[in-house]
Amino acid sequence: MNVFAPVSYVGRTAAYVVAFIGSIGLLFRDAAARAKPGLFTGRGKRLGRANLWAQMVRVGVKSIGIISLVVFCIGAILSLQMQPILNQYGAVSKIADIIGIAMLRELGPLVAAITLTGFAGASIAAELGTMKVSEELEALESSAIDPIRFLVVPRVFATTVMMICLAVIADLMGVLGGMFVCWGLFGIPPESYLNATFTAAKTRDFVSGLMKSGVFGAALSLIACHLGMTVRGGAAGVGDATTKTVVYTIVALTFIDLGFTAVFYYLGF
Amino acid sequence: MSDIAIKVDHATKRYGERVILDQIELDVIKGETLVIMGGSGSGKSTLLRMMIGTVPVDGGNIAVMGRTICGLSTEELSEYHKSIGVLFQSGALYNSMTLGENVALPLREHTDLQDETIDIIVKIKLELVGLREHTDKLPSEISGGMKKRAGLARAMALDPQILFYDEPSAGLDPVTSAEIDELIIKLNKVLGVTSVVVTHEMDSAFRIADRMVLLDRGKFIRCGTPAEMRASTDPFVKQFINGLTEGPLTERRQSDEYVDDLLDIKV
Repeated sequence: MNVFAPVSYVGRTAAYVVAFIGSIGLLFRDAAARAKPGLFTGRGKRLGRANLWAQMVRVGVKSIGIISLVVFCIGAILSLQMQPILNQYGAVSKIADIIGIAMLRELGPLVAAITLTGFAGASIAAELGTMKVSEELEALESSAIDPIRFLVVPRVFATTVMMICLAVIADLMGVLGGMFVCWGLFGIPPESYLNATFTAAKTRDFVSGLMKSGVFGAALSLIACHLGMTVRGGAAGVGDATTKTVVYTIVALTFIDLGFTAVFYYLGF
Repeated sequence: MSDIAIKVDHATKRYGERVILDQIELDVIKGETLVIMGGSGSGKSTLLRMMIGTVPVDGGNIAVMGRTICGLSTEELSEYHKSIGVLFQSGALYNSMTLGENVALPLREHTDLQDETIDIIVKIKLELVGLREHTDKLPSEISGGMKKRAGLARAMALDPQILFYDEPSAGLDPVTSAEIDELIIKLNKVLGVTSVVVTHEMDSAFRIADRMVLLDRGKFIRCGTPAEMRASTDPFVKQFINGLTEGPLTERRQSDEYVDDLLDIKV
C-alpha cells in the first residue's frame, strides 16, 4: 500500500527497542536507588528482607533441579558430539579440557540463565502483571508503599545473586555430565577427566562466567519486572507480557553474552 | 475554609486531545460522605484517582486539608498517601498474603510497632468489618463481598482521615451491597472520617450520601443533597437518578451519522 511502510516499520521498531532499553535502564536506576533503604537501612528492611528471602527461594532454590538436569544433559551431549571428531585427530584426551572451558566460560551461565528465564522470568512477569491488572500495584501506591522498593528490589537482587550461585552449580553439573559419558562410554576414568578439567580451566574462565551470570540475572529480572508492571488490558495483557519477557530476555541474554565475549576477547581475559 | 477536607479547583484532565474532565469544581466537607455519580466514561473514576494522587492533574488544582496534592515529589505524595485510605473496586487485596497480613502491611511499613501490637490492631480492624475469624484466610478463599470488607479494613489500617471508595457495591448482590453501605455509614459516623464514594448504583448512592455530585462526559452537572437531587428538575439529573432511557444523556447516541454510516457501507 505504501512504499515507505517497511521503512517506517524499521524506524518504529528501532524507536521501540531504544525506548525499551531506556526504560530498563530507568528501572535499574530506580531499583538501585531504593536497594539500600529497602534492604539494609530504614523501616522497609523488615519486609524487604523477608521478601528477599522468599524470592531467593522461589527463583534460586526451586530452580536448582531443572537447571542441573538441563546443563548435565548439555555436558553429556557435548562429549557425545565431540568424541568422534576428536577421535579422528587422536585427541580424545582433550575432551575434558574443551567441555570444562566451554561450560565455565559460556554454556553453564548461558544455559542456566535461559532456563531461569522460563522458570522465574515468566513467572515474575505474570505475577506482577496480574497484580497490576487487579489494582494491587495501585493499592500499594495508595498506601504509600513504593512498588519498586517493595516488589522490584527483592526480585532483582534475589535473581542477580541466585543466578551467580546457579551458574556455579551449572558449571559443576555440565562438567559432571561430560564426565559420566566419558567414563561410561569412552573409558576415561573420572580422576583423569577431572584432573584435565582443572588443569585446562583457569580461575579466570570461572570468574568471567560468573561476572556474566550476575549481569544475566539482573537483566532477566529487570525485563520481567518492567514488562509485568506495565501490563495493559487484562488477562490478554498478562499473557502478552509473559511471552515478551521470555523472547526479549533470550535476545537480551544473547547480546549481553556477545558483548562480554567480545570485550574479554580483546582484553585477552 | 477550615471545614473543607478536599477542594477541587478547576481540575482538568486530558488524554491527548480528549478532555476527560473539564474544569471540575467541588468541595468535600469534613466528616461528610460525598457520592460522585455518573455513567461509564463520565470521568468519575479519573476524578477519584486525581484526588488520590495516582493520576496527575493537567490543569487546575486539588487541595486536601488545605495543602495541594498537585506537583508533589514522590516523598511528599507518599506522606499524603499515609493520611488516606482507598478501597478499590475489586478490593485489590494482595493475593499472596492472608487477610491479616494484608491489613498488617501498611502498619509494618510505616510504623515501628511491635508484631504483637500490630496483631492487635489487625484484629480490631478486621472486627470492625466483621472478618476477625477469617484473619488467616487467603483472598482466594473468600467471597467478593468479604474481599471488599477486607480491603476496607486494610484501607483503615493507618486510621486515615479520608476514605475513598471506588464502586464499593459493583458486582455484589443487593444484600451484600447493602451491608457494604451500612459499613460505609457506620465508619463515617463512628470514626468521623470523610468519605468520597464513586458509584453508579442509585440505591446505594441515596443510602449513604450526605451530598451527591453528578458528572457527565467530564462535565460537572449538579451537586446537592439526596433530597435536592430527587427534587431537581434538571433533565440530566432526572434521567440519571431514575434510570430513564430517554433524555439528554442518551440523545447524543442516536446520532444522524448512523444512516450515513449504513448508506456508506452499501456504496
